Amino acid sequence: MKRCFLALCVVLVAAGVSFGADTIKIGVVATVTGQNAFGGQLELEGMQLANKLYPEALGKKIELVPVDNKSDKVESATAATRLIESDKVSALIGPYASGPTMAAGEVAEKAGVPMMATAATNPLVTEGKKYVYRACFIDPFQGEAAANYVFNVLGYKKAAVLTDVASDYGVGLANFFKANFTKLGGEIVSDMKYQSGDTDFMAQLTEIINQGPDVLFIPAYFAEGAVILKQGSELGAKFRFMGGDAMDNPDIVTLGGEAVEGFLHSAFAYDPSMPEMNAEAKAFTEAWNKEYPGKAPNANAAMGYDAYILIYQAILRAGKSDPQSIRDELEKSTNVPTVTGLTSFSAQSHDPVKDLGIVEIRNGKKSYIYTIKP
Amino acid sequence: MFVQHFINALGLGALYGLIAIGYTMVYGILRLINFAHGDIFMLGAYFVFFATIQYKLPWGLGVAIAIVGATACGLLVDRIAYRPLRGAPRISALISAIGVSFFLENLAVVIFTGMPRAVVQPPWLMKPVILGEVRLIPLGLMVPVIAFVLVSGLLWVVYKTKPGLAMRSISHDIETTRLLGVSVDKIIALTFALGSALAALAGIMWALRYPRVEPFMGVFPGFKAFIAAVFGGIGSIPGAMVGGVILGFVEIMSVAFFPKLSGYKDAFAFVLLIVILLIKPTGLMGERMEEKI
Repeated sequence: MKRCFLALCVVLVAAGVSFGADTIKIGVVATVTGQNAFGGQLELEGMQLANKLYPEALGKKIELVPVDNKSDKVESATAATRLIESDKVSALIGPYASGPTMAAGEVAEKAGVPMMATAATNPLVTEGKKYVYRACFIDPFQGEAAANYVFNVLGYKKAAVLTDVASDYGVGLANFFKANFTKLGGEIVSDMKYQSGDTDFMAQLTEIINQGPDVLFIPAYFAEGAVILKQGSELGAKFRFMGGDAMDNPDIVTLGGEAVEGFLHSAFAYDPSMPEMNAEAKAFTEAWNKEYPGKAPNANAAMGYDAYILIYQAILRAGKSDPQSIRDELEKSTNVPTVTGLTSFSAQSHDPVKDLGIVEIRNGKKSYIYTIKP
Repeated sequence: MFVQHFINALGLGALYGLIAIGYTMVYGILRLINFAHGDIFMLGAYFVFFATIQYKLPWGLGVAIAIVGATACGLLVDRIAYRPLRGAPRISALISAIGVSFFLENLAVVIFTGMPRAVVQPPWLMKPVILGEVRLIPLGLMVPVIAFVLVSGLLWVVYKTKPGLAMRSISHDIETTRLLGVSVDKIIALTFALGSALAALAGIMWALRYPRVEPFMGVFPGFKAFIAAVFGGIGSIPGAMVGGVILGFVEIMSVAFFPKLSGYKDAFAFVLLIVILLIKPTGLMGERMEEKI
């Protein structure tokens, strides 16, 4: 009996090994706990949906291997190391947020494993990197587009900024917004700061209200941004609030209630409320609604989905699934259709050029109201 | 404008103070820094979240459930992780406390998932009252008032009741108190129960004030409150409250007076802490040094 059991074990182990050779592993430095879990969870669900729709390449099964980074930079590097060294993944999909992505990207670069960042918009993420790509636009464009929209379309001349000084994303985007807004002729009347993890923004908001801006730009992550909106409305702020891509969340109205009415944010060019969708976006929305009924998708889910598609397409084109071949093919991506538009990379730039959307909370609903072309 | 800042600071400081009391009580009696205190605070917030938002119970009942639940957790932590180590060197209990803290945080991640959840505040708590330039929300007023009432109640327990007498006696000499026929373990359990109940209340008010709950929500407030407790003189209950309020004021007022340096408000708070401790090493209202060691 015992021998029988042992034999069974040997067979199972052998089967496991041979099974391993027939799969292509894509590691995910996922963000499902901590302050960025709001966006990270949606990204992961987007990737899992893409994996379900496109489960095989080159006759092998594609397996997603997610490891949580707890919204932390150090944990991101650890997760990337583990995925590369012990899971032997062929490619990585990066975490949510710029700071953690830079930490994981450093590891991927050294190991020579390609990494596709999802929503990391800080320009430094791909700078000087051979193996790091991203599926989204970058902050110099986002900051410029936001400043343009606020100044030219809405006609606001006085802006205030409230920045998270501990986030690479927040600091970068705030600087691009301020530079462009003043270049257009606008005035920054108040420039306040806070740190990730803070929960009390009353002092900063009271000061900003005192300066009387037309609009407050908050390049915040959703966890803090939602609280800023709440406390702003508690203090009776009369100005408009505008956020960046990180403020995109399907539950914003449930969480914010009346406090978020009229809130604006820039977004990767996808939202279920957008009037005109490309074919990929339509297919994604339909598949999402079937997979997660009763739960709305958003741009983060779309970015997770797109990141998977870009790697998947590169594997198909390469005809091989080793990290180097995938990297080389990724660099040749030209007009790959993705949910958020056509994606191209080149040896000079690993940052795609993409449209930016403006989303407003109108009558208690997220509405995609405007598209800005680069 | 100043009045608005003043009210904001009082609300924040009172919350720090409430959490700080839990640290100070346990330290005063056992000379143990109960690192799990911030996590009991987190559990209190989660209990009220589940009772009122998931299961739609009335707020009063939700608060009661949270207090009972958090108190039970506090007692359990004492029984399992601290009581067996009572005769051991102090450092062992300290490490045990850090272990409990990590355990509770990760247990919360497993049970509640790591996703932050939003707390829906009852609308009557948030309806602003406008007095000239100042906007008050009922919640903002309630926090300092409740904190004051709770601290008064606690002082009464500690200084006017028999268990309170036993607590103070234990804090001076645990062995002699035991020889005098006091059930030391029961009194220590009572201390943990009171501290945990206060942490739960602070957790509830925190979750209402900054409307979200997540497994690591206790880490930062716990850290700040511990500093407030040291600052006020660890072991002293009024000291913890005063320390908390001062910390709240420094954080808010540094932003109010130096808006350009608003990213450094924690640095301001800690510099002040260092200066006070250099001048008065036992904290603002701390007892004499001999009793500390």
